[in-house]
Amino acid sequence: MRYLPLTDTDRAAMLAKIGAATVDDLFVDVPEVARLDGPIHDLPLHASEMAVERHMKALAAKNLVAGDVPFFLGAGAYRHHVPASVDAIIQRGEFLTAYTPYQPEIAQGTLQMLFEFQTQVARLYGCAVANASMYDGSTACWEAVAMATRVTRRSRAVLSGALHPHYAGVVKTMAQFTGDTIADAMPAITPEPDLAGLIARIDDQTACVVVQYPDILGRISDLTAVAEAAHARGALLVVVNTEPVALGACKSPGEMGADIVVGEGQSLGVGLQFGGPYLGLFAVRDPRHVRQMPGRLCGETEDAEGKRGFVLTLSTREQHIRREKATSNICTNSGLCALAFSVHMTLLGEAGLRQLAAENHRLACLAADRLARVPGVRVLNTAFFNEFTLLLDGKPAREIIRDLADRGVLGGVSLGRLYGGVTALDHALLVAVTETTTEDDIEQLARELEASVKETV
Amino acid sequence: MTAPNQSGWRPEMQVAENGLLGGPATTTGNRALMLEEPLLFEIGRADVTGVDLPVVDASAPNRLAGLERNAAIGLVGLTEPETVRHYTRLSRQNYGIDLGFFPLGSCTMKHNPRLNEKVARLPGFADVHPLAPQATVQGALEVISQLGEWLCKLTGMPAVAMSPKAGAHGELCGILAIRAAHEARGDAREVVLVPESAHGTNPATAAFANYRVEDIPATPEGRVDVAALKARLEVGGPDKCDVAAVMITNPNTCGLFEKDFREIADAVHAAGGYVYCDGANFNAIVGKVRPGDLGVDAMHINLHKTFSTPHGGGGPGSGPVVLSDALAPFAPLPFVRRQADGAFYLVEEEHREERGPSFGRMTAFHGQMGMFTRALTYMLSHGADGLKQVAEDAVLNANFILRSMEDILHAPFAASGPCMHEALFGDKDFTGGLSTLDVAKGLIDEGYHPMTVYFPLVVHGAMLVEPTETESKAAIDQFITAFRAVVERALAGDEALKQAPYYAPRRRLDETAAARKPRLVFEG
Repeated sequence: MRYLPLTDTDRAAMLAKIGAATVDDLFVDVPEVARLDGPIHDLPLHASEMAVERHMKALAAKNLVAGDVPFFLGAGAYRHHVPASVDAIIQRGEFLTAYTPYQPEIAQGTLQMLFEFQTQVARLYGCAVANASMYDGSTACWEAVAMATRVTRRSRAVLSGALHPHYAGVVKTMAQFTGDTIADAMPAITPEPDLAGLIARIDDQTACVVVQYPDILGRISDLTAVAEAAHARGALLVVVNTEPVALGACKSPGEMGADIVVGEGQSLGVGLQFGGPYLGLFAVRDPRHVRQMPGRLCGETEDAEGKRGFVLTLSTREQHIRREKATSNICTNSGLCALAFSVHMTLLGEAGLRQLAAENHRLACLAADRLARVPGVRVLNTAFFNEFTLLLDGKPAREIIRDLADRGVLGGVSLGRLYGGVTALDHALLVAVTETTTEDDIEQLARELEASVKETV
Repeated sequence: MTAPNQSGWRPEMQVAENGLLGGPATTTGNRALMLEEPLLFEIGRADVTGVDLPVVDASAPNRLAGLERNAAIGLVGLTEPETVRHYTRLSRQNYGIDLGFFPLGSCTMKHNPRLNEKVARLPGFADVHPLAPQATVQGALEVISQLGEWLCKLTGMPAVAMSPKAGAHGELCGILAIRAAHEARGDAREVVLVPESAHGTNPATAAFANYRVEDIPATPEGRVDVAALKARLEVGGPDKCDVAAVMITNPNTCGLFEKDFREIADAVHAAGGYVYCDGANFNAIVGKVRPGDLGVDAMHINLHKTFSTPHGGGGPGSGPVVLSDALAPFAPLPFVRRQADGAFYLVEEEHREERGPSFGRMTAFHGQMGMFTRALTYMLSHGADGLKQVAEDAVLNANFILRSMEDILHAPFAASGPCMHEALFGDKDFTGGLSTLDVAKGLIDEGYHPMTVYFPLVVHGAMLVEPTETESKAAIDQFITAFRAVVERALAGDEALKQAPYYAPRRRLDETAAARKPRLVFEG
């Protein structure tokens, strides 16, 4: 077995030292009834690298690769070009095969990277402090709600109807068990989000209002009024962002008064990967809230010689110290994805991020204008960044998506899939456009969409 | 006094007070291959980028509703050569499995096969959108299904929830399923029993799910006290048990197999409770014992431990949870099913009948696909026979270390019989005020990543050594020689050990100062 260095001679010598006759003597504490006498019989035996690769390649070949066709899917996971050097760096064994930096003297690489990452995220979000990452955007969203209940000592969260339904779903799942009250809503299919309606739902028991920006329909709007209304009632504003590239063009949530900003960082460095692993981002605008934050934090300090160094800090919030009194049960973060994000962000820099955002927006405008000319198709949004909603003249978007796939175009995400069973949303289609989209792709989508809408009943 | 470089290092620091470092000072602060690296924000520039992108006319009309980000963001960039150098230099200040022995107990730092990395990067897995039409992602759904099948067969359990993002998320999944199962039969319970030796995530998870956490006492030999546990289950009399579940790690964090697990499980079941097994230590028994045969109702499996997906400097993990028939109906959404025609599909919120009493969604999308492909690759490589060998070699290596150290180092449970995949020691006999921490830092100087320290809490100055199965005998022998030497120094009260490490990129870091006045982002 190519991964197991012990030889039978080694094993015999070691057993002799231990004073055991066979290796099974080391398993004497396992009750006899539970001991297996040989390899589990209905599983295959070991296989060569070549054979395993063949098996896995055959599985991979059954998937339609996003990059092989015109591709317009988003809804919380975006396809961006990742520079080649990102993957080269994250595959360095010193990053790939390290663990949580519990021994900071020999983990300065990871720690300094996390400190830089925290700074990048805080600045991107317009916040004071960010943590060292969480599982993904949806779990970060729940952690934000939980943090808001700790800060305000209230237990009601108001969710915008235009929050990603998976994110709302995670919050509702968790709240069933914690006893918090979640006021959610369905998205209103309107050109602009109904912020007045959202504000009207904030009351004196509200711990936080959760708003997505850009929202699930791709709409963007100034959230300053929501922040003011929330603050007037003693509530916090939680802003969720699923497309960090948008913040290279659009005002940051922090600038609009958000108290906690969370999001998905997958767009930078991480790739699509069929949904995971992704990267939860978490930041707060007010540094006084740091001690209520969940997750790992990396901080600057000095070593015994006065050299600058970094350590995990404020761990008295965390489960390994506080056990049942911890701010969260989370143990790991999403370290390698944070590294990928940070390297990609370093390669972009402010100038590159702004160019990337501008190019996304330019192509999205081009696509919106072209698709608006397709008979039977209407663009819902007044404003958007790189994703917008199409209304398909009462035609079922889900079927059209499947039909487009048969025509060789991955045309978007149907709201009918995201909000399964809500018939009022069946005719809406989310279309995302990034720098990887070509003008030919847009033209092909427009052509095939026209044919599909015409032929679908 | 010479001017410090950007890290605050000054050339005169080169010569340590005890003269151990020696050598003339360098002007850069570097020491040959040990290179200092400034912060990104000290070397990056706002107008530099390492990506060539089209320059878009800023005055072109846009649809941003007047929300343009006009103020500076405060980000900086580097060109590609500078970027590669920055991170390569940082990487060299890290210890990883690739570099050496990494016996971090309970974390299972085994070799990460590179075939796993290659497979995960196949475009058919890496470049696939989670919401793509399901007919176009049949291979991805089949990976989830195949991996789930392996996990069920290896654990002897009937069902598995694949979406949890990491071990602690998996614990939460199991505990939420338990709460849902009790609520579904109108039997809300309030207490979860957790041994003192448990990982901190166990009580944190139970508390999160609104349970009151109570300790289960341990026996002097390092196992759950079955009599005390049974007595606790009987508090309140028959049919009045308030215990929803026990959470037991098996093998436990003292490195021992809980030999009475079946008896415990039967007692908990008889009292109407459920048995959660923390599967963090599954590496010790994979292919040798099926937890399903011991009465487990839910157990998470850290794919980044037993199944070799990379730890990545602290994640991403992946924590599928195997479930008993009693808990399976409450598993989170989504899950993969197969139609009569062989096609795979996802059961999501809209499948109102098929989803049954599922407690809902724990995460966006379907779980850690990139970890699934790696773990499945690992399983196929080892096969049932190789995985059995994994457990045997891991346990053999740990016992070899236990028996090679117990003559000089306090091993509180050495008399309890063989250990499983990790050997537990304590600092009882150290002198001169030396502690476990000093031994850990001394090992750093010897070129090792230290073991887990001060965990589990039940042993004073705990040192938990987990060698894993991917070390050669020569590597283990060498470690034992170094470990013995450092322990001898601690036993002898060697003052110099208190200052270790001497040869790491940094000396001991001031964690108290870091927490007192947190500096969490670069200012300037």
